[in-house]
Amino acid sequence: MLGRSANGIFWLFRNLERAENTARLIEAGFRMALTRDARDASDEWRSVIVTLGLRATYEAKFGNDYAGPNVINFILRDRDNPGNVLAMCELARTNARMVRAGITREVWESVNDSWLRMRELLARPVTETRLGDVLDTLRRQSTQVRGAMEGTMLRNEIYNFARIGSFIERADNTARILDVKYYVLLPSISYVGSSLDNVQWENVLRSLAGERAYRWLNAGRMEARGIAEFLILDSRFPRSLAFCYGKLRSNLAHLAREYGGEMAAHAILQEADCDLHNTTIDAIFEQGLHEYIAQFISRNTRLANQIQHDYRFID
Amino acid sequence: MNNASPSSYDEMFDADGSVRPAYRGYSEWYGNQPADLLRRKGTEAEAFFRRTGITFNVYGSEDAEERLIPFDMVPRIITAQQWRRLSRGIEQRVRALNAFLHDLYHRQEIVRSGRLPARLLEKNPAFLPQMVGFTPPGGVYTHIVGIDLVRTGEDDFMVLEDNARTPSGVSYMLENRETMMAMFPELFTRVRVREVSDYPRRLARSLAACLPNCLPPAARGHQPVVAVLTPGIYNSAYFEHAFLADQMGAELVEGSDLRIENGRIAMRPTQGYTPIDVLYRRVDDDYLDPLTFKPESQLGVSGIMDVYRAGGITIANAPGTGIADDKAIYSFMPEIVEFYTGEKPILPNVPTWRCSEPEALKYVLEHLSELVVKEVHGSGGYGMLIGPTSSKKEIAAFAAKLAARPHNYIAQPTLSLSTVPILGRAGLTPRHVDLRPFVLVSPGGIDITPGGLTRVALKKGSLVVNSSQGGGTKDSWVLDD
Repeated sequence: MLGRSANGIFWLFRNLERAENTARLIEAGFRMALTRDARDASDEWRSVIVTLGLRATYEAKFGNDYAGPNVINFILRDRDNPGNVLAMCELARTNARMVRAGITREVWESVNDSWLRMRELLARPVTETRLGDVLDTLRRQSTQVRGAMEGTMLRNEIYNFARIGSFIERADNTARILDVKYYVLLPSISYVGSSLDNVQWENVLRSLAGERAYRWLNAGRMEARGIAEFLILDSRFPRSLAFCYGKLRSNLAHLAREYGGEMAAHAILQEADCDLHNTTIDAIFEQGLHEYIAQFISRNTRLANQIQHDYRFID
Repeated sequence: MNNASPSSYDEMFDADGSVRPAYRGYSEWYGNQPADLLRRKGTEAEAFFRRTGITFNVYGSEDAEERLIPFDMVPRIITAQQWRRLSRGIEQRVRALNAFLHDLYHRQEIVRSGRLPARLLEKNPAFLPQMVGFTPPGGVYTHIVGIDLVRTGEDDFMVLEDNARTPSGVSYMLENRETMMAMFPELFTRVRVREVSDYPRRLARSLAACLPNCLPPAARGHQPVVAVLTPGIYNSAYFEHAFLADQMGAELVEGSDLRIENGRIAMRPTQGYTPIDVLYRRVDDDYLDPLTFKPESQLGVSGIMDVYRAGGITIANAPGTGIADDKAIYSFMPEIVEFYTGEKPILPNVPTWRCSEPEALKYVLEHLSELVVKEVHGSGGYGMLIGPTSSKKEIAAFAAKLAARPHNYIAQPTLSLSTVPILGRAGLTPRHVDLRPFVLVSPGGIDITPGGLTRVALKKGSLVVNSSQGGGTKDSWVLDD
């Protein structure tokens, strides 16, 4: 497999994962905004923009006006936001075209189909009425790509680079959502048990597709520490940091076997993985959740860069 | 000229409107299909092509929009008997092309014998001095050839053009068949059509049969490393490059993935370097090696020509094959075929005036309104004049260009190309077609896939079938005996 193709497949899956996660974030934000008065709704949308790291670009265009339709369209399709969802779908597709000979027809067609549909749905501004349909399509398309991949791809290096792209991105997304939301929620921690608080925390879970799993595991109790523990350390939950790193460990181990040796990336992974295994939620809170997550995100980025370097993604 | 032209031969219906034998099976089936079903299938086919990504990029179009080549659902059908004669003619021609290339780059017997003027080679950019005295691995120059055929009557097939450089379109041949089988499976149980789908396997086998000289005979058991070299995702035929690499199980590479390692051309995988044995390049000669040809090229590999000449790699097609499909050479093809095969050509050329010859130029200038005039080095239907459909002003402007550089042009009569019906709004309606069969050459012999790519001019009366000029394609059937 060419280094250039490894790069292509890695970014194909990073972009798909990012588009899907963005859809969930908007969905959760939208739900919150609907149940709030105008000012609180703005706060909610602001926090979505902050989570996506878009505050500066957004405010350059709209100032402090966080009206729902502005935010939605800015994230989904605005050309002033180079990282809009349509651009992610397009990047995913361009990468898929580049590695066309390395993926199956099923995977290529589902990526291409997904781009064709998003391009059509996002050709005009998205109203709140159409939003549900757009987000729903986006989520379903990701599921389809994943299914095509699961069912048709050979479990070789190509597959492993694809998975590495997905899990690096997913871990980054979960960490960011947790970080931003935690800050927003900080003042309310003292009101544990109030109904607002419950809704807020449920929203964090919803943006990570984890509300059902968490409720099921905790008999419906919403509690900051429990949720943080679930999102960071519970390796049963597929969007938790521990789960993502468990997957990364096995994907990187596969590469080490296939290439007959470990690289610098393996050492970084080892260190991160060890941390996730040996810590407890109490220790994390003691260190400070924000500090812990900031450290995690920076190491996650370092791991991604090291993988790109070790496997010669770029000449 | 329009389709009312009584002289056009229609391949489906004879002059009385009865169905010709080749189309009988199809016609019976067609008669039983509700009209709206076929139309609905048309929309389905388009969605299928879009989803599959069978698109081409249009040069110079601002938004780099990818377009579909329109697909028409009425197949173009050739009988087994017609095909036998065509394949004999094609094989003869391709054999001659390879012998001709070998001769041009060695002793040039054909020039010495006076059958081909030496001036056609002098200053001809398609003739590569770097290839003189060098014999490609296995003696094969054109591993892949596309022969463009036109038809004017029951048994009148002529060669319009030879494509000996990097002929494209084979992915359409394959995908058109896939589409037809997906949409009308029952049709294929009624009419026995010869298979085309093993083309990629045959291509892979054919390429692998031309191992570079650096591999010792002991390497015979070694699985050859084949790669497809593409200019990249913005090339108009990128889909085809990726498609063929995928189907052959070969690596799809760009110039930037390659470098010289120990006298071989090697790819840069995630670890180490992998030498390539056979490179199926879809990059033109000019861009292949910046050290030898265009220095600004980013699409090729620096030094690949040296490696090639030292026996470190096989390049398919060999550099310098363009001289054989040069339009100035084309008019000599009947002599060329006879010279190397000792036989009369089975497939004739289209009559051609070489404007470089004063007599011919005089005739052409006097008859521009009846002729098709082409640039010697042009392709894709650009820069040509179609006399009968051009205005007086266009003809006058072209005459001036022609008179200024006569050696740059050839002229041919406006042929009354055969028609095959397309499915229009009001049912079947005739349109002009051509046919490009694909031919594989290896030391083991010549292999012709039964059928090829039928291109169809979708505009009523139009004779221009090029996709860049609004042409479409059809599935091409060769009937089984």
